[in-house]
Amino acid sequence: MGEAIAFYVISALILGFAVLVITTRNTVHSVLFLVLNFLAVAALYVLLTAQFLAVIQILVYAGGIVVLYLFVVMLVNLKRPPEVHADPHRRSSLGFSLSVLVLAELAAIVVYGRLTPAPVAATAEGTDLAVNNVERIGYLLYTDYLIPFEVASMLLLVAMIGAIVLAKREL
Amino acid sequence: MIIDTYVIPLLKILIVLNATLVGVTFMVLLERKVIAWVQVRLGPMRVGPYGILQPIADAVKLLLKEDITPARADKWVFTAAPIIVMVPALITFAVIPFGPAVRLFGRDVPLYITDINVGLLYIVSVASIGVYGIILGGWASNSKYPLLASLRASAQLISYEVAVTMTLVSLIMTAGTLSMVKIVESQYMAGVWYAFVQPVAFVVFFIGALAETNRAPFDMAEAEQELTGGFHTEYSGMRFALFFLAEYANMIVISSVSTTLFLGGWLRPFPNVAALSFLDFVPAWIWFLLKTFAFLYVFLWVRATLPRYRYDQLMRLGWKVLIPIAIANIIVTGIVKVAL
Repeated sequence: MGEAIAFYVISALILGFAVLVITTRNTVHSVLFLVLNFLAVAALYVLLTAQFLAVIQILVYAGGIVVLYLFVVMLVNLKRPPEVHADPHRRSSLGFSLSVLVLAELAAIVVYGRLTPAPVAATAEGTDLAVNNVERIGYLLYTDYLIPFEVASMLLLVAMIGAIVLAKREL
Repeated sequence: MIIDTYVIPLLKILIVLNATLVGVTFMVLLERKVIAWVQVRLGPMRVGPYGILQPIADAVKLLLKEDITPARADKWVFTAAPIIVMVPALITFAVIPFGPAVRLFGRDVPLYITDINVGLLYIVSVASIGVYGIILGGWASNSKYPLLASLRASAQLISYEVAVTMTLVSLIMTAGTLSMVKIVESQYMAGVWYAFVQPVAFVVFFIGALAETNRAPFDMAEAEQELTGGFHTEYSGMRFALFFLAEYANMIVISSVSTTLFLGGWLRPFPNVAALSFLDFVPAWIWFLLKTFAFLYVFLWVRATLPRYRYDQLMRLGWKVLIPIAIANIIVTGIVKVAL
């Protein structure tokens, strides 16, 4: 019961902040709502006893990436409101098809979830998850999800090399 | 049941918060005294015997000062910035272990507020939120110098955060856990403080800690000569005091964290030497406080001794010296771990 209330409150916060991110005129305020949004997502992870994910969410997204966003936004210093595009509907077909795609994906997840009910975690395993959160995630990353994990690290390496090459034209 | 789940944790939180705030105000006095002694002066002497009541006088003065918001400042962000700096510094104390369980009034009361399995990461991530206060304080003032200072300060904090987190990785590899209590217990099991197992990590962590708390010789954010004060130039009264207190609270946090990680937390010196077991009559939490205090004293000592770094030297030290050393340390730790 309490968990359900917490879930709905946190979800409402996440959605509310997400709406504020895209509706706020002031860019810095918009970035700050993004931080609040990430913090609420971290709270949702805690509710799912995924404490490791929660702190990584705060450390990487709220504490790392958004700080860099804020840097850029502050340095550009957009004082005047962004000009309205000459044709506000020029990308509407693309936006529409993307929204349909996301909606279809969500529907697929709901249907798939109904078809295969999640295995009910035994109480012993449940407490184990709360105590050995980090070990469990580490074990999964290096066994079942090894290839996605390595691919992600390669992707980050490529991005890093790309950034260095772009920043330093002559090495 | 109610006592165990609600009353005792609430009491602990109250005690820790109050002790921290009192400690912070007296840190300010201690800093003035220590620097005065280093420079062969007396320091504050007027308020109370040997100036012991100076912090109270300072607090009353700051509370009574006019609270000014610059005319073209961003009011909401300007108000929120000092709070954003202060809150992470205070909530970090939730996972710091001051001692093992003690028996009080027939109950086993552990001397920490909570012990979560990701304690160390919790501290790192909460500390990374504090950067926002500094960036936003400088930006919301709508003034040139605070903006420059806050850009400098946040670039510095982000750079050194990398080095500090890297050293923590090698420490975690040695300890095999992220829980603060278990890290101290593993030092007890190993019979040695991790400062002796991971000396390189300890030194890099300490240098990074000086930079993370914006202390001399890395106090770029408050370079008076270049920036007329720093990111809090436009702040006055209690809001300025909050920035000030947060800096000292962060010093206490990082000292307690280094004590827990590298100096054995609540353990007595040389926990493996049985001949020194007479030291156990000193309660564990006093050992913790003594070590934390020693760290804080080194912070003040460094400030009184070393001149400020230049900004480009600071960046070079962070990226080209500390981070490579920290990465090499991780690799060496891994090799040693596998070899032994």
